[in-house]
Amino acid sequence: MPGPKHSVLKRIMPQLLILAAALALNVLVFPDFFDIDFRNGRLFGSLIDVLNRGAPVAILCIGMTLVIATRGIDLSVGAVMAIAGATSAAVVTDGHGWGTALLAGLCAGALCGLWNGVLVAVLKIQPIVATLVLMVAGRGVAQLITEGKILTFSNEGLIHLGAGTIAGVPTPILIWMALGALVILVVRRTALGMLIESIGINERSSRLAGINSRVLLVCVYLVSGLCAALAGVIVAADIKGADANNAGLWLELDAILAVVIGGNSLLGGRFSILASLLGALIIQSVNSVILLSGMPPEFNLVIKALLILAILVIQSPRITYLMYMLRASGPQPQPDTDPLSNSPKEEAR
Amino acid sequence: MTHNTGPVLHAKGISKFFPGTIALDDVELRLESGEVHALLGENGAGKSTLIKCLTGAYQRDGGTIRLDGQEVAPHSTAESQKLGIGTVYQEVNLLPNLTVAENLYLGRQPMRWGLVARRKMNAMARESLAGYGLDIDPAEPLTTYSVAIQQVVAVARAVEMSGKVLILDEPTASLDRDEVQLLFSVIRQLRERGLAVVFITHFLDQVFEISDRATILRNGRVVGTRVLADVTQKDVVTLMLGRQLEAQVHERKAAAAGGTLIEVEGLGKRGMLEPISLALREGEVVGLAGLLGSGRTETANLIFGAVQADQGRILLRGKEISVSNPREAVSHRFALCPEDRKTEGIVGDLSVRDNIILARQAAQGWMRPIPRAEVNEIAERYVKALDIRLASLDMPIRLLSGGNQQKALLARWLATNPDFLILDEPTRGIDVGAHAEIVALIEQLRADGMALLVASSELEELVAYSTRVVVLRDRRAVRELSGDLITPQNIVHAITEDDALPGEVA
Repeated sequence: MPGPKHSVLKRIMPQLLILAAALALNVLVFPDFFDIDFRNGRLFGSLIDVLNRGAPVAILCIGMTLVIATRGIDLSVGAVMAIAGATSAAVVTDGHGWGTALLAGLCAGALCGLWNGVLVAVLKIQPIVATLVLMVAGRGVAQLITEGKILTFSNEGLIHLGAGTIAGVPTPILIWMALGALVILVVRRTALGMLIESIGINERSSRLAGINSRVLLVCVYLVSGLCAALAGVIVAADIKGADANNAGLWLELDAILAVVIGGNSLLGGRFSILASLLGALIIQSVNSVILLSGMPPEFNLVIKALLILAILVIQSPRITYLMYMLRASGPQPQPDTDPLSNSPKEEAR
Repeated sequence: MTHNTGPVLHAKGISKFFPGTIALDDVELRLESGEVHALLGENGAGKSTLIKCLTGAYQRDGGTIRLDGQEVAPHSTAESQKLGIGTVYQEVNLLPNLTVAENLYLGRQPMRWGLVARRKMNAMARESLAGYGLDIDPAEPLTTYSVAIQQVVAVARAVEMSGKVLILDEPTASLDRDEVQLLFSVIRQLRERGLAVVFITHFLDQVFEISDRATILRNGRVVGTRVLADVTQKDVVTLMLGRQLEAQVHERKAAAAGGTLIEVEGLGKRGMLEPISLALREGEVVGLAGLLGSGRTETANLIFGAVQADQGRILLRGKEISVSNPREAVSHRFALCPEDRKTEGIVGDLSVRDNIILARQAAQGWMRPIPRAEVNEIAERYVKALDIRLASLDMPIRLLSGGNQQKALLARWLATNPDFLILDEPTRGIDVGAHAEIVALIEQLRADGMALLVASSELEELVAYSTRVVVLRDRRAVRELSGDLITPQNIVHAITEDDALPGEVA
């Protein structure tokens, strides 16, 4: 919720602390982590790398947060990245300008989002199944667009989106920060955020209150598709080519993870895009630790899994509850009734 | 039958407390062998709580249960099943993807060399079901058969596993007339065999058709046990609703009603509500009376478009309008406070403030957010006007008490300035103080010129605020009372199809 500044700070405090810890680990394995140079008109440094490399997941998690807030999930974003990247690459190799290429990629993403939205909102297919269709089929579509090979291109304008800089700052950083700010602004300055949360918490109540939940759901998947498309174009631009097989591979899982680390419930409802973005940075910082520590690459995934497990355990309701009890048990003796037994009261009647 | 003396099951002094409420207070239930015993009461009277205490799903807080004279204290449904108390629920809780025979013998399949003796199991199942007059193939999946047959299979399973007391919790709710008869013939056989059958339902006709005695609960207490041959439906309804039906003098407000606002013509939906017609004028409260399942909620939902009607039409100030979903209804300045606050009303995790503003914001569209200052002003105004007790407008609404949740929902709709307000059970499950306040609010809104349609099972309350009362029975409107004819007695008469009205009406 917008509201007073301190309530936002309170909401993202756990993510800030975890991010600080992750960054501290980075410094531990690589003391020069925070050093930033300005060379050849571009900022260099490990921190810049984290922000830059984190761009795709950061962009994905903006749309994913909204989808998850409606009690849905979008598994197709990785595949949509591949489709959008392939579309842009195909358009640009056809001789069109980078603007047209970007637009074409975004249109492809919007179409994919619309498809998901219709399956979920109109046909009432469970989101996990509905988006699984495109997750599987999407890479095939991307391969059809690239005709099975890696489509390389050399259009400076398009490449700039992924590998260029503006005033020394890598473009992807500016893109994800601007997009994040824009979506947060739109969602919180209009009633959209509240309506999305309302649908996620209790769709039936929301419908009876006159909310057009169907249109809203389609829109949310549409936004997720657009975000994925943007991420896909950036990734393609970065490597100067569209790789239908590997672009965005498994990134849907990182995006979901970022949302979860951001403290957003997979059961929908209250959400914070800012916290999800911090979640994306946390994931990238963890990746960075592994990279900088010089550990053999075989360990990467295992260590990442362990670190993330630790983060999730810290955030788990059990632990949160235990912490709460520990703090609360000081002055007063425990009441003899289990506080959990209060909830079934309503059902009992 | 081993015992001819004494009841099969005798529960005495059963009490059950939940935080803040007494669900059962010193309840007694005697079941004789070979009887069908109906357990009656409105929602929240304590029927299901009593059943759950008997079957061990809940631990009772006081009282004793004797089964064949032996005191028992089942700690789980499995344990009570072993003791001899079997239960069949409204939704068949069998496994639809298994065969009939597998369902019957799940967990106690006949074995042969460590494997399920399938052929033997099927033969046993066929024989067992034949005993109920069912000739079906037990090797077929359960879903091949109708709900009624599934229900009989559930009964057969419960009887085979328990065999002394059989509890049927709303077994006929989803059955049609013929299917009910099939189930009843099975129940009669069980009665012959000497089982004690507890029958819970909202359909009084069925109670009188099959049951020998009835115990009536109200607000967690037994208000009486009756031999049904000796009483009429009216007596039972009077016990259930528990109002003192002595004539009460109500100054009938000289209906300050204005012009006709809403006309509902032949609105209905197959299998849900027979076509109903009613008209409301501004400044009028029309009450909807009837027992549970009589069509009160269905009427409210159809008019609001929460469920789409398949026939009939709605006129607003003489012009036909389309109300195919709640959004359209809201655009015509309709409002509906639904019966089930928790699943259809509140948006639990949102703040009270957001819940109050929700419908108005939805009507305005997301592009035009209501300015924060105005949101606060509206929320604070209604919190004050309706005396909603809360720690802060920012707290999630699910933390409020039932009465305050209901008031917040009323605030949500009043904030949309409705012309036509539908209230479905506005006072269910809320405390006495809030109850009186909501009744007063209804009266005040009426005086301000709003048209209200109020469905309620509280007769006294309906009598207090209604300018007219439409009585529903079996999903159709059977009578309309107005003026001095609105008395609890007359409503009960109409509900029970007792045509001898004291002050005869056309």
